[in-house]
Amino acid sequence: MRFPCPLCGDRDLQEFTFGGAAVMAERPAPDAGVVAWDAYLHLRDNPAGRSEELWQHDKGCGAWMVVTRDTVTHAVHGARLTKGAT
Amino acid sequence: MRFSALEVLRQGLTGNRGWQPHWRDAQPKPEYDAIIIGGGGHGLSTAYYLARNHGLTNVAVLEKGYLGGGNVGRNTTIVRANYFLPGNAEFYSHSLKLWEGLGAELNYNVMHSQRGLINLFHSDGQRDAFARRGNAMINQGDDAVLLDREGVRKYLPYLDFDNGRFPIHGGLLHPRGGTARHDAVAWGYARGASDRGVDLVQNCEVTGIDIEGGRVLGVQTTRGAIKARKVGIVTAGRSGQVAAMAGMRLPVESHILQAFVTEGLKPVIDHVVSFGMGHFYISQSDKGGLVFGGDLDFYPSYAQRGNLPMAEHVMEAGMTLMPMIGKARVLRSWGGIMDMTPDGSPIIDKTGVDGLYLDCGWCYGGFKAVPASGWCMAHLMATDTPHEVARGFRLDRFRDGQGLMDEEGTGAQHNLH
Amino acid sequence: MTQPFRIPGLGRVDTARTLTFRFDGEAYTGHPGDTLASALLANGVRLMGRSFKYHRPRGVLTAGPEEPNALVTVGKGAHRDPNTRATVQELFDGLEAASQNRWPSLGLDLMGVNDLASRFLGAGFYYKTFMWPRAAWLKLYEPLIRRAAGLGALSGQSDPDRNEKAFAFCDLLVIGAGPAGLSAALTAARAGARVILADESAWMGGRLAFDRHDFDGRAGFDWAQEVVAELAAMDNVTLMPRTTVTGAYDGGTYAALERVARHVAPGHDAPLDCFWRIHAKRTVLAAGALERPVAFRDNDRPGVMLAGAVRAYLNHYGVAPGRSVVVFGTSDDGHRTALDLVDAGIHVAAYVDPRHEERLKAPFPVYTGSVVARAHGNPVEAVTIRHQTGREHRVACDTLAMSGGWNPTLHLSCHMGDRPEWNEDIAAFVPRPDAVPGLVAVGAAGGSFSTAAALAEGMAAANDALSALGFKPQDVALPVAEDAPYAIQPVWSVPGKGRAWLDFQNDVTIKDVTQAAMENFASVEHMKRYTTQGMAPDQGKSSNVAALAVLADATGRSIPDTGTTTYRPPFAPVPIAAMGAGGQGAGFAPKRLTTSHAASVEMGAPMIEAGLWFRPSYFPARGERVWRESCDREVAYVRNAVGICDVSTLGKIDVQGPDAGAFLDFVYTNTMSTLPEGRCRYGLMLREDGHVMDDGTAARLGRSHFVLTTTTAAAGPVMRHLEFVAQVLRPDWDVALSSVTEHWAQVAVAGPRSRELLSGLLDAPPELPFMGCGPVSVSGVSGRLFRISFSGELAYELAVPARYGDALFRELVARAEALGGGAYGIEALNVLRLEKGFLTHAEMHGRVTADDLGLAGMLSGKKDFIGKAMAARPGLSGPTREQLVALKPTGAVKQMTAGAFLFDAGAEPVREAAQGYITSACYAVTPRHTLALGFLRNGRARMGETVRMVDHLRGLDTTCEVIPLVTYDPDGGRARG
Repeated sequence: MRFPCPLCGDRDLQEFTFGGAAVMAERPAPDAGVVAWDAYLHLRDNPAGRSEELWQHDKGCGAWMVVTRDTVTHAVHGARLTKGAT
Repeated sequence: MRFSALEVLRQGLTGNRGWQPHWRDAQPKPEYDAIIIGGGGHGLSTAYYLARNHGLTNVAVLEKGYLGGGNVGRNTTIVRANYFLPGNAEFYSHSLKLWEGLGAELNYNVMHSQRGLINLFHSDGQRDAFARRGNAMINQGDDAVLLDREGVRKYLPYLDFDNGRFPIHGGLLHPRGGTARHDAVAWGYARGASDRGVDLVQNCEVTGIDIEGGRVLGVQTTRGAIKARKVGIVTAGRSGQVAAMAGMRLPVESHILQAFVTEGLKPVIDHVVSFGMGHFYISQSDKGGLVFGGDLDFYPSYAQRGNLPMAEHVMEAGMTLMPMIGKARVLRSWGGIMDMTPDGSPIIDKTGVDGLYLDCGWCYGGFKAVPASGWCMAHLMATDTPHEVARGFRLDRFRDGQGLMDEEGTGAQHNLH
Repeated sequence: MTQPFRIPGLGRVDTARTLTFRFDGEAYTGHPGDTLASALLANGVRLMGRSFKYHRPRGVLTAGPEEPNALVTVGKGAHRDPNTRATVQELFDGLEAASQNRWPSLGLDLMGVNDLASRFLGAGFYYKTFMWPRAAWLKLYEPLIRRAAGLGALSGQSDPDRNEKAFAFCDLLVIGAGPAGLSAALTAARAGARVILADESAWMGGRLAFDRHDFDGRAGFDWAQEVVAELAAMDNVTLMPRTTVTGAYDGGTYAALERVARHVAPGHDAPLDCFWRIHAKRTVLAAGALERPVAFRDNDRPGVMLAGAVRAYLNHYGVAPGRSVVVFGTSDDGHRTALDLVDAGIHVAAYVDPRHEERLKAPFPVYTGSVVARAHGNPVEAVTIRHQTGREHRVACDTLAMSGGWNPTLHLSCHMGDRPEWNEDIAAFVPRPDAVPGLVAVGAAGGSFSTAAALAEGMAAANDALSALGFKPQDVALPVAEDAPYAIQPVWSVPGKGRAWLDFQNDVTIKDVTQAAMENFASVEHMKRYTTQGMAPDQGKSSNVAALAVLADATGRSIPDTGTTTYRPPFAPVPIAAMGAGGQGAGFAPKRLTTSHAASVEMGAPMIEAGLWFRPSYFPARGERVWRESCDREVAYVRNAVGICDVSTLGKIDVQGPDAGAFLDFVYTNTMSTLPEGRCRYGLMLREDGHVMDDGTAARLGRSHFVLTTTTAAAGPVMRHLEFVAQVLRPDWDVALSSVTEHWAQVAVAGPRSRELLSGLLDAPPELPFMGCGPVSVSGVSGRLFRISFSGELAYELAVPARYGDALFRELVARAEALGGGAYGIEALNVLRLEKGFLTHAEMHGRVTADDLGLAGMLSGKKDFIGKAMAARPGLSGPTREQLVALKPTGAVKQMTAGAFLFDAGAEPVREAAQGYITSACYAVTPRHTLALGFLRNGRARMGETVRMVDHLRGLDTTCEVIPLVTYDPDGGRARG
């Protein structure tokens, strides 16, 4: 599997680490309540198909990105940085 | 037909023409007392114990592919009871006891081989963590022995004790740990369930779950609607998709775990060896193949196949630990889909829907759990109360934080267990 | 020594040179260019192996890596290499090979008795027996089965050979250098694309080497060599002979195994194999096709070979497979074998073909509408031919060349989960388009069996790839080659008595498959798993399609409805040593060494692993016999004088930016933004799930500049976590992080005389308050000084750029020794921290909360922070949980051990009664007793209580008293002093 790092270009899977479903970026407000927090931290759509995921290019530039990827075919459709312009 | 050496002899002498189907291929009936979605190890054992322990025989197992085609047929076959947290310890202990009588119980040789499992450690800190584990196992009534370096050498003389990156300080031996023939477990339970009247329906995919007024009424399938007042979801690897049919979102993320087998070799590894520093574990099958695996690929997947970085890492771990396997040739690699939960422990529980039950979240430890999972899921479905050894496997434990069972101590990130 | 079956003037082996080799101890000769199999055949050796289950004698079936029978062990001692295909192993002078899976010898194998009992050992027999008595499985049955099973044996010694791994990148990867592959490679190469051409053989040309092809009036193989020469001269082309592409993975990544030095005699220092990761933008699969046998009675006898293999031995190796051959073909392809034999002067005893129209004009008997029904003799002496009428007659021969047709070598196209589709015209499965993104199958691999089609498809596929990649398509002048029809009438099995073999390697017969169907193992996956068909080292390359055809017949389904099993990598087996190259010995993981490593080693300190770091356990002094003596002395240094300890392994994270304070408030449970410049503060980090992640200190070096420390073990995860927070949760905040762990050498100077030591060392010693920090100068080198203590004493940590670390450590130790102290290791460090109740990851093991540790007061109520919401869950605090306490022994046994469990006094040591466990224990020098930390249910409310401690594993059972966490200097005056 290869990822199009917006900073480094096309790189091999072994340089990247998965960091959870993209919903991990949507942290609830501190007082959102236990249901919202439970949903944020534990419950997952876990799609069989196109999925938005967080990955870090940790053995490269260190950037975190949202990767659109298919969990059935492993096709990678794109990546965008979570911070700053791409 | 009862299997025995005598029967093998009798059939052999008469041209092997009298063998019977191991299970009936059933056509789905319009209605059952209970439906199990999923004809894997856990689903088949649930059906078996519903019939055997609870007298519920008007039961169907609905399998979208072939029986035993999921993780029960694609694992590294390790059977152990070496968990240390309450909730897990009593469950796996119960499971191992069931394993120990399984061949006779099912009249099917599942080749349960209690050849001993050794977890290696490489520092004082790891030794102490394994000491806690071993003591917990003995507290539970299971067995464990703490080996020092020379103790390990007696069992596993072929390890690289001197040059490996992580020198071996000792190991925790679990004498009753071992392996079993994975497919046979599925087939044995299938045969036992079928013999007791359970309908095993292959090529029957569930496409919807019928719920009205908060209670389950049945399922929609590719072979028509089937009614039932009790429905069990036992579909690890696809749990999220099936639960979504009932409007549920699960604390499960699906990840890929690869495994490998080499060409057949004369006996060289007599135990199950686990090397935590390399996330590597290995045993040798009765056919002679070295069966081994490692860690998750770490990304969500439903593909039943992995990629090279983890495969190479697993081989490298094998080479640092036991370089005598270098000339063994990897014959086949494959992947299974793991239901990863936020604490690495499973779920056997009721759901918010009356009559709908859930058995999922086995992470990469589901094979050894097959007997007890079925036993406890059948108990839950038949009595509507959790079995005493599966009380910890609550669905809502993440919400209230009560009784989390995080054996790895890595926290609520699904793929880190 | 003669080679009676060598045909003078035929083949491409170098008969000018003679090589000697041994098989099972016998000496033979061969020539450069031979494989072990061709050389053995040349010497008249036909028995090369024993089968897996019944130990039936087997000869060579094929001439390639798909060989199921001729698996041998090559080499001696630790170099011995089991399960080597004799058909792939190139001959070299001095080669030593041995047969496998036989006892006492290949000719007389006593395990052959299994064959006599075969009627009782059919499919799945072991599931039905060996169940009584239960204990006998482990003690008797399983050991017997294990010993009988397996093929070759590993040496049991560490692999002494070297292997390598490498990466390669290309525009077009061409897999297979037969006519289709060469055509594709040439086309792409001429366009200037980066081309990798990989072929499993030692030469390039594929079947052009084995078959006699006319290309514009000359040999096809000569054309191939001309193309290879052109490619070899081009900078944009990499030729990879002896390289098998073994797997197709995501994103155009392919695995390949190059046999670098298996064809030369040992004694070199080249790697045996190289495992390649090839990234290709486009791929042409031109891997050809594999011939399939026909199942008839005793079709496994030595002397029965595939027809295409017979041509390979004749045309390429110049070896006659026998003196008198019967050819059994099911397509026009069989004709070639018969005609090549005749041209080589070998007697063709009969040509047998199930088809009725026979166009073959030949000087030997041709039987149309007929099949071979049985092989006789061992090795083969005759075959029975069954005619359409049912009449049978026997024909004497010493070799049977059979062809059940060809299966495209489509395996790689199915590695990403796709299933092939059935092509009725060639009675075989073919790859589906786009089965692997970017991969196109051409020629025989795609189901086109004529050479003309192979050439044309290769060029077309290359041109498609060129267009897609922005190169100019090429019009390559291809030679005119045969375009003959294939015209197969498939014969999967010939009915009759006896055993007809499908899977030679795993000894699976037609009866096994039909019995599996009878027992309801009707799914092809069930049949495979029940009979083990296709699970042997050849992964069913020669048996899968026939087996599922038999299953289809037995279950009344068509072949496409029956379907195939899953194709999985690797296509050909890969040694663990190759795929795991680099991992052996210490190569598996990096070793991290502190700058004081050399000095510590010089001082005799045993270095032990901590994370990936190595730290000194203790520094032995003259006369000390056990580590405890050293440890106790080092503790006393710190308590009474001054001790020196390298703490560089702690993670150090530099945090800068206008929002640095807010950021730290968010990641720590306590407030850091209020920290004045020049001060440090202890901090606690939670995971978002409310459990403790790590502890450490934050030091404010400037208004928007902090440096954090983490524990050694958590440095990586914490850095990752902080990057997640900064880039994902708070992308709008202006804060930047950098790990500076390896940039600074940091040394603890601890003890009542530490201030004295530093004032002599520093250029202008600052007066730091407790938890103060600031810049210092050490002999002109800029450093940082922190007044923090992990020992409970007056203590500092002095940091200098890493390149000065060695000098600083040596200087500090020398000055400490002059003050009555010296270096201390992590054993002493552990004692010092336990006496103070300080934490490590033995306590912060991932399942504990701030409340468990007695640190709930550090959870700020005034701000949000990571983990705050989930830490408030009811299950994460309170008296039902196990809380951190200290313990001291009260019973006769004074020892306490980490990993032991705690129970109420007098309670049974069972799970239901467990109250907690011990995490760390030591002999505490200062109070002079064993001291432990542990977790105890509601422990803080149980001070003074006596509990039972049981360590089953180490045979300890004692009582201990729950005591306050801090046993040394509880009010902390010494550290502040």
